[in-house]
Amino acid sequence: MPADQQDIAREIAARAEAAAADGRPRHHPDRDYPPYRSTALRHPRQPLVPVLDPEAAELSGPVFGRTDLTDLDHDLTRRHSSAPLGERITVTGRVLDRAGRPVTGQLVEIWQANAAGRYAHERDQHPAPLDPNFTGTGRCLTDDQGVYRFTTIKPGAYPWRNHTNAWRPAHIHFSLFGTAFTQRLITQMYFPGDPLFRHDPILQSVTDPAARARLVAAYDHDLSVPEWSLGYRWDIVLDGPAATWTEEGR
Amino acid sequence: MLPTPAQTIGPFHGHALPFPGGPEPAPPGHPDTLTVHGTVLDGAGAPVPDALLELWQPAPDGSRTGAPGSLRRDPATGGFAGRDGLTFTGFGRAATDADGRWAFRTLPPGGVPYLSLCVFARGLLHHLFTRVYLPGPGLADDPLLTGLDPERRATLLATETAGGAGPGGRTYRFDIRLQGPKETVFLDFR
Ligand SMILES: [Fe+3]
Repeated sequence: MPADQQDIAREIAARAEAAAADGRPRHHPDRDYPPYRSTALRHPRQPLVPVLDPEAAELSGPVFGRTDLTDLDHDLTRRHSSAPLGERITVTGRVLDRAGRPVTGQLVEIWQANAAGRYAHERDQHPAPLDPNFTGTGRCLTDDQGVYRFTTIKPGAYPWRNHTNAWRPAHIHFSLFGTAFTQRLITQMYFPGDPLFRHDPILQSVTDPAARARLVAAYDHDLSVPEWSLGYRWDIVLDGPAATWTEEGR
Repeated sequence: MLPTPAQTIGPFHGHALPFPGGPEPAPPGHPDTLTVHGTVLDGAGAPVPDALLELWQPAPDGSRTGAPGSLRRDPATGGFAGRDGLTFTGFGRAATDADGRWAFRTLPPGGVPYLSLCVFARGLLHHLFTRVYLPGPGLADDPLLTGLDPERRATLLATETAGGAGPGGRTYRFDIRLQGPKETVFLDFR
């Protein structure tokens, strides 16, 4: 029998307590996180093997440029003949390394569900309407201050089969590159005040409340455009080995 | 500054991240093209059909600067124009198919004996890094390989298989086991 939300809530609470008692700062989710059922067979059991090699190829990384984008890629509302349904939003922020330096000229990719909570993806069988005017994918390059900017619509929450009555809070998937391959990050941005946060094992897999808060964008009224769109601000800090952020001039 | 936590790539990245030519950083017809292929498997030995692999490597001359143009676009249609057929960007991206299989066609890495891979998947809350070591000189004194016991080291060694990628090209197999008895060695860069 699949777990119900109460079972999952108990498991989430147990993991949160264990993490708090342990006291070790945890910025990222543990790959072994039973409340998210699909982790069971997909996390390594062996410890990761440390690499301390300053010559590691992974301390450099892929680059992208103007040729990898079109001018419309950052606007998910202008890719079809009409505007998509939903609440038009702007999402912007800076991509920084752990020293606070902007990550400039790098690729940011996003994907998301439509306003009804449905992905334009063959395997999404949620019986919510597709929107012929919304594909839900976007790209941009960070500017010389590390700023990215997207115009899109606010995605809807959607059900998934992790447990009975499982619903994902509204989120936008983000993919980011730093100056080193080791800084690679795929994550999800959430919207402030969502009542589904505490029910969602994927968000709660980040057991440190402060780290979890870093996944939630801020509503920023100054970014809202009169008669047009609401604004959200979300800064992203890329992790990586000390070599990628303590050395000057890297 | 404190880092932004990772989250799973989820199951629905297929219309957003893969791009035409993503798995083929090698310029078409390049005589040194090598093919690396394998299957991503879970702890029960079942294929993982919704993983995404990214490849990064130095160019054959050892240059590590990479180059733009992996996702080169057509400004007229807004679609993908494909790689330009000349530039080696060092970057590749491949989604696994319904059988968990993937393949990259690339050029030999310069200066190091390995290709770097980053693994994303539904059910994987934080990506994993590994390396595909290609047979040849340079493995005996590799600092990572020499620190591993033989059983674990074997999970990082690609094995040459029959079938060439092109004129003079070679084909290697490299399976990725996320969990279990022959679990792949995954890396933590400090
Ligand atoms: Fe999602």
